[in-house]
Amino acid sequence: MINSRRSPAFDLMIGAALFAVLALLPLLFPSKALVDFMIRGSALALFATSLNLLVGYGGMVSFGHGMFFGLGAYSFALLMQRTGLPIPAAFAIALVLCAAVALGIGVVCVRLKELYFAFLTLAFQMLVHSLIVLWVPLTGGDQGLRGGIPRPHFLGINLANQSHLYLTSCALLIIGLVLIHHIVLSPFGYTLRMIRDNAARASFLGVNVFRIRLIAFVLAAVFAGVGGMIMSLFVSGAYPEFAYWTISGEGIFMIMLGGLNSFLGPTVGTVILLVLNDFATRFTEHYGLTLGIVILLFALGLRRGLLDVLIGLWRRHLTVSRSTAEAGGISGASP
Amino acid sequence: MDIAALVSCLSSPACIVTQATGGLIVGMLLFLVAAGLTLIFGVLKVVNFTHGSFYMLGAYFALTIFNFTGNYTLTVFGAGVATALVGLVFERVFISRVYGQNVLMQLLVCYGFILIFDDVVKILWGPEFKSMGMPPAFQVPPIFIAGGVVPPFYLFLVGVTILIGLTLWLVIDKTRLGKTVRAAAHNPNMVAALGINTGVLYGLVFATGGLLAGFAGALAAPVRSLTPGMGFSILIESFIVTVIGGMGSIVGAFVAAITIGLIRSFGSLGFPLFTEGLMYVFMVVVLIAKPTGLFGREVG
Repeated sequence: MINSRRSPAFDLMIGAALFAVLALLPLLFPSKALVDFMIRGSALALFATSLNLLVGYGGMVSFGHGMFFGLGAYSFALLMQRTGLPIPAAFAIALVLCAAVALGIGVVCVRLKELYFAFLTLAFQMLVHSLIVLWVPLTGGDQGLRGGIPRPHFLGINLANQSHLYLTSCALLIIGLVLIHHIVLSPFGYTLRMIRDNAARASFLGVNVFRIRLIAFVLAAVFAGVGGMIMSLFVSGAYPEFAYWTISGEGIFMIMLGGLNSFLGPTVGTVILLVLNDFATRFTEHYGLTLGIVILLFALGLRRGLLDVLIGLWRRHLTVSRSTAEAGGISGASP
Repeated sequence: MDIAALVSCLSSPACIVTQATGGLIVGMLLFLVAAGLTLIFGVLKVVNFTHGSFYMLGAYFALTIFNFTGNYTLTVFGAGVATALVGLVFERVFISRVYGQNVLMQLLVCYGFILIFDDVVKILWGPEFKSMGMPPAFQVPPIFIAGGVVPPFYLFLVGVTILIGLTLWLVIDKTRLGKTVRAAAHNPNMVAALGINTGVLYGLVFATGGLLAGFAGALAAPVRSLTPGMGFSILIESFIVTVIGGMGSIVGAFVAAITIGLIRSFGSLGFPLFTEGLMYVFMVVVLIAKPTGLFGREVG
């Protein structure tokens, strides 16, 4: 084993431990608000982390990632409402649908460079949003898809029960994070970072840049779709806002607040943004002013995401202590 | 979809005139906002996402100045200058700190300010819809062109915008200042090495963007209702205009703004629920065919 901390088994252990902690949380602090917060947080953290696969690891700034969040929510909710399929089947079909749409849109988008990629993804997302609003008989138009989502039991899980939904959301979040982490540390993940840093060099080395970027786009879309499905279960429906550009914007803010160079940065950013949102709406009349000032403090004060700053400080601390130790050793060895 | 309505409109000159003028004023307002956006991007390589808020501030400044003075000419100039000052301060104090940084960090700063400006407007002017009303000089019977009704203010708005656009083009294309600005867009380090204060230049460009957005807000105030969220919706449309026209191209912004205005006004007849969708279809088609936009050149 070259590096045991980077093995999937280690990730799985951490994931299992984290799940145990999250499962105990509502027993220690029984509060409906906490459970709701965690379900929403799972959906959005998965969304933000999937977006960071593109933004942070791929250098592909997508302004349209929200379309897959919306697509996951709508396709899952519609399949449950109209077909009576069991939940796992609807879940799988919705994922395949997200992947297929991402493949189609990705083929067109990933050829473009930086800013133009961002614009085209934004345009596609707004097109998807317009279609959702237009297609009233299927989607309910701008009123959203209402009438609730039927939740037949499966494997002893009853998603109509809030604590079952909570545990399922946490499990999906952790499984999603472990999988994305595995992707990031795989040879594919390293290739993706090489393309981010220097696409021309990667291309000269024989890497099919287009293919790698397309695969990343599809993978990110699938995980965003899972986030959307959790959200649709949480609100018992789907709304056009799920596919609006504001949700893509929020995803980017979560990444920036938490840190785009740390794997868990987007998750931390999600918590920061949700807590800020909740505090600003509950305790002040001036929601925008409060949130805006805090965002400015982050952007102009820290200049990096919170987790990036903390990890940077920790690394500096480590190198300083190591170099002082080495310096001591050398001086001791010299005659 | 209501293709029949669109066809019947296209067969009547009166309806064409009415729809076209409606589309034109939307296009003109979009052009003023997008011109500032594209100018700022062209020179500073920053996408100023607060530009919609500048437009909103311009409209609210106009409301206040008009209520105090009752003079619409003064209102337009006052709102333009006040918004230009906001732009100048915003650039010098905040945006100048994030030059050369990650684009997403710039986006974050802009987003913070969108929230702040919206809330400040809510505090100062109230959260409810406001309307300024038509200035007395334009409270005259409408003009009829080929049987279509055209309010005189619409003609004024189109004329003034074309005048502003021409002035902007002349300044940038024909004056020494314009040449310096274009040089700074091309190679800021060289311009600085020649002894030109690029900081002042950048502030000036941002102020010009603010001026244009302020004019747009003041010209929109008599025909639009004012709300604290009004900047958000024009932001995305003017952004689309900028992208379609080509980032950095003012001519492109003009062509794209008028096209989008006409698509909106005729599209609302034929595809009432998909008017916005048409815009995005147009954007997708342009970007696939020519990623740099109609008049844009490759950047970065």
